[in-house]
Formats: sequence, C-alpha cells, structure tokens
Amino acid sequence: MTKDPHELYWLKPGRYYLQGSEACVEGALMAGCRVFAGYPITPASEALEHAARRFPQVGGRFIQMEDEIGSASVLIGASWGGTKAMTVTSSPGFSLMQEAISIGIMSETPMVIVDIQRPGPGQGYITASQEDVMQARWGHHGEGAIIALAPASVQEMFDLTIEAFNLSERWRTPVLVMAEEPVAHLRELLYVGERKKINIFNRKKPQDLGIKPDAYLPWGHEVVAPMANWGDGYNVNFVGLVHKEDGNVTDWSPQVNYDCTRRLLSKIEENAREIAQIETKFIKGSRNVVISYGAVSRTAIEAVMEAREQNGLDLSYVRLKTLWPFPEESLREVINDVDNIFIPEMNFGMMKHPIVEALRDRCKNFVSIPSIGILHSPEHILSKIVEETK
Amino acid sequence: MSHGKRFEIRIAGFGGQGMVTIGRILGEAFSIYEGKNSANSQSYGPESRGGACKSEVVVADGEIYYPNVRRPDVLIALSQRALDTYLPDLRDSGILLIDPASVKDIPQPEKYRVHEIAAMAIAHEIGGVKYQNCVALGALYSLLAEVLKESSLRKAIADNVPPETVDINLKAFERGMSSVRRYGAEDWLRQ
Repeated sequence: MTKDPHELYWLKPGRYYLQGSEACVEGALMAGCRVFAGYPITPASEALEHAARRFPQVGGRFIQMEDEIGSASVLIGASWGGTKAMTVTSSPGFSLMQEAISIGIMSETPMVIVDIQRPGPGQGYITASQEDVMQARWGHHGEGAIIALAPASVQEMFDLTIEAFNLSERWRTPVLVMAEEPVAHLRELLYVGERKKINIFNRKKPQDLGIKPDAYLPWGHEVVAPMANWGDGYNVNFVGLVHKEDGNVTDWSPQVNYDCTRRLLSKIEENAREIAQIETKFIKGSRNVVISYGAVSRTAIEAVMEAREQNGLDLSYVRLKTLWPFPEESLREVINDVDNIFIPEMNFGMMKHPIVEALRDRCKNFVSIPSIGILHSPEHILSKIVEETK
Repeated sequence: MSHGKRFEIRIAGFGGQGMVTIGRILGEAFSIYEGKNSANSQSYGPESRGGACKSEVVVADGEIYYPNVRRPDVLIALSQRALDTYLPDLRDSGILLIDPASVKDIPQPEKYRVHEIAAMAIAHEIGGVKYQNCVALGALYSLLAEVLKESSLRKAIADNVPPETVDINLKAFERGMSSVRRYGAEDWLRQ
C-alpha cells in the first residue's frame, strides 16, 4: 500500500500555540473528519478560515455554502456517503441548522456541529454567550435526544471535538460542541500526543458484524444499528419518517411510532452515565458549590480558589463537561446535602433548570449568577457568593 | 503549583497597528520557548477597528484559570484613546510604555513607571509604519529582560510574521530594544 501523500500535512505530536477555533478544526481532522461545510459568522469565522486552509491539505473537502441550512445539510449527505463531517457556526446560524439536526437525529446520522455562541436573540451581538444551551437540547422539532459538550480551554477545543466525533459515530447521532468566544478566540498551549495513542471510534458497518446484504436491516440488529454506506452493496435506507427496523414507513401504527421515537430518546438518555462527564474540585464535605460549564468555568474556578485562599470560604467547584444528556446521576453522586448552589452562566439561568430538577431534594438555595454578553469576572462571581453566604 | 501568581500584559492602540500580532508573539514566546503557561486574547469585530484595539497576555508558571487580564502589570498604549480607556486598570507602579507621537496626556504619571518609545518614527526610518509593533515589542523586551529571553522573542517573531519580513521585523525589534527612554523621575530599572 502506498503511503497517503497527505500525511505530510497531518498534525504532528508536539506543543502548539493555537486559538480555540483552530484547535477545534485540528481536533476534527485528527478524528478523521474530511468534509467541512460552513458559512462565515463572527465569532466563528476563524474556525472556517482555518478549515479552508487545512482540509484541502489533508485530502478533505472544504465547501463554503450559501447559508447555514445548506452547510448543515452537506453534513447529512457526506455522512451518509461514509465520511465524517462537521460545520462551525454561531447562534443565528445555529438556529438555521435545527432542521438538519432534527433530520440527523431521526436518520441517525453521525455529524458534528460546533456552535460558538453569541448573545441573542436576533443578530444580538458578536460577543460571548451561553444562550443556546437550551436550544441545543430543545431547538430541533420532535422528541429525540442530543449530545452536547462544553469545552473550557484550547486543549479541550481539540480533545472534545475528537470526543464529539467519537460519540457521534458511537451513537449515530448529531453531536454539538457548545463553545464560546472567550475560548474560541483564546490562544493557549495545545499538547498533541501521538496519533496512534489517540482514541478514535469509527461507526460500525454491517460488514463489520458479518451481516450479509440480504439480511441487513437498516434500523435493526442492535440498539445503535450498523450503518451501511452508499456503494457498499447494502440496502441503504435513510428516512426522516417514523420507520420500522427494515426501513418500512408505510406500515405506521402507534406502536411503530412509539418504538422508533422511544429508541432514539433512550439510546442517549439511558446511557447518560457513560456519555455525560463532570469534573469536581474540593467537593467532599463542601456546603457551597459553584456549578458551571464552558468558558465560565474558567472564571468560576478562579473565584473558588480565591474564595478559599483569601476569604477562607468553604466553596467547591463542579463543571459540566457534557451539557446533554444532562449528567444528573453523576451530580447526585457527588452532591448530597448542601446549603447553596451557585450557577454562573452567560444567560439568565438556563442550565439552572436541569440542575434544580436534579438536586432539588439536596439543596435549599439555588442562586443564578448571570452575565450577559461578556464573560464574568472573578469579582462578579465572588461578590454574589459573599453576599449570599454572609 | 501556586495559584494566583500571574503576570499580565495589555497592548493597545489603533486597529491595524499590529497589537494583536505582538500579543500573539509574546504569548508564543512565553509558552513555546520559555515553558510557561500563557493565555492570549484580543479585540475582534468593530472593537478591533477603533482607537482602542487591544491584545492581552496572561503569563503564569502554574495553571491559568481566568484567561483575561484583571490588573495588568504592563500597558503598552500606542494611541491616546487606548491610554484613556485602559490606564485605569494598570496596577500602581505598573509599567506604562507609550509612543509620545500619539500619546500626549498621561493622567497621574507619577503612579506608574512610564517609558517612551518613538515607535512610529523609528518604524518610518527602517521601512514603514507597519513595523512599529515590533519596535514597541523591542522596547518592552528591554523593560522585561528579567522575565524572558531575547532568543525566545526572536524565534516567536520569526514564527509569526511573513517570512520575507522577518529580517526587517527583527531590525525593528533591535531598534526598539536600544531606544526605550525613561520618562519621569524614577529610574526603577537601575535600582
């Protein structure tokens, strides 16, 4: 076998000083993504520009589409053709992608969408925001779960983008990376390890399971069905309608509808323990917890450290690395009985809802600390905490 | 690993003066060539086009959590508006580096360690106004010599400017290094 000439352009192991947006694109390439479709929008354009440079170098395809609807639709086609595909956008573009996300969920299409959120509604502004975290879960029409990750550093823009592809291939579903400008535009060190040591998951194909073409059920065999590609000789059947195991959409019945929708929901939600990750610090025995995610967790941990070192406050830190499926079980494992839970977010308290739902029997006081359009300063978070714990 | 020990640099001026580039050069010099952690952020969008475009570098031996500048130790101000906007954040006795051609008025200069660099004039002499950022960077280096090595900055400059301009940018850097001038009474570097 001849060596792939594009290997010359693969990212080599080493230390790099990159923007979060660039690290995200490099992570996608490392995961094996070879199709990028997008439409420029601040503050996500740097990712698009980097992808435009890098995808052709490694034998991938970069396409600037006419809009975000087209961009997200490209991912569906590319994925059905057997290629890992991604797009990067910001909030107004993310709205336009909801239709494709819904089709992606129903047709169980692996694809990765990165939303570098900006404040809204409407065009809003171009700064920092976490105002799409509910849209990530509920923006698409219909039932069906989603996976959404929240990176907090340049390193995680790389690592969690790889993870997003792995999850998307593993569970055959669209995966969202919910990033924010303070990390997407930040330059920091990125460590890249040896390629062969990086865990990459590729979708299961019917061939891999020894299933012959005439025995193949496009929506059967396992909870996550093996995925045939066009050209493989299998009966490829991608549908947006409620369907049976064999892809039949004409025998509709309430039971068929129930089974199909139920499976789409439960394959994610019932595996939340495996999919959803949290990170904690100082949590054991602590009576006051700060729960945050994404860029805000950078400020939150700074505030927690300062409060402990300088003010002697009992304060601990939990970060949601995964927003959806919501890591309810993991949270309940580490938080038993506390006095206050502080939730700083760059919105007016969106993730406070699932947090309260998960922990309402374990905490009396849930305090939202909103910052709109700009990353909280440590002082902002600290002053609110000091006020509440006085 | 000690938490909270940070060194913070803010560079501000007109959009197009190369503030973002020298922020990136500094960040890379610290992170790639000095083995420290650094976080570099910058203005973007309409903010990056006015008179108060900024670039920030936070440096630490340990982990950097909050990635933005809080109370900078150093402010480079290459426009009056940048100075007016960002001087209030500069910590007391912080280093202030200005170009006297564009910054005329410094409120309470005695609070800071003020230095001048004729960045624009020197850049004109050596080949064009676009090199003023590296002149300013050279001046900054001569004030910070104890915190990073010259070779680190030289390598980071070469990594971040167009290949055909490496030599002239390095020349700008050298001129800046030898031309920084103390302004005010305190010669703190000699103390």
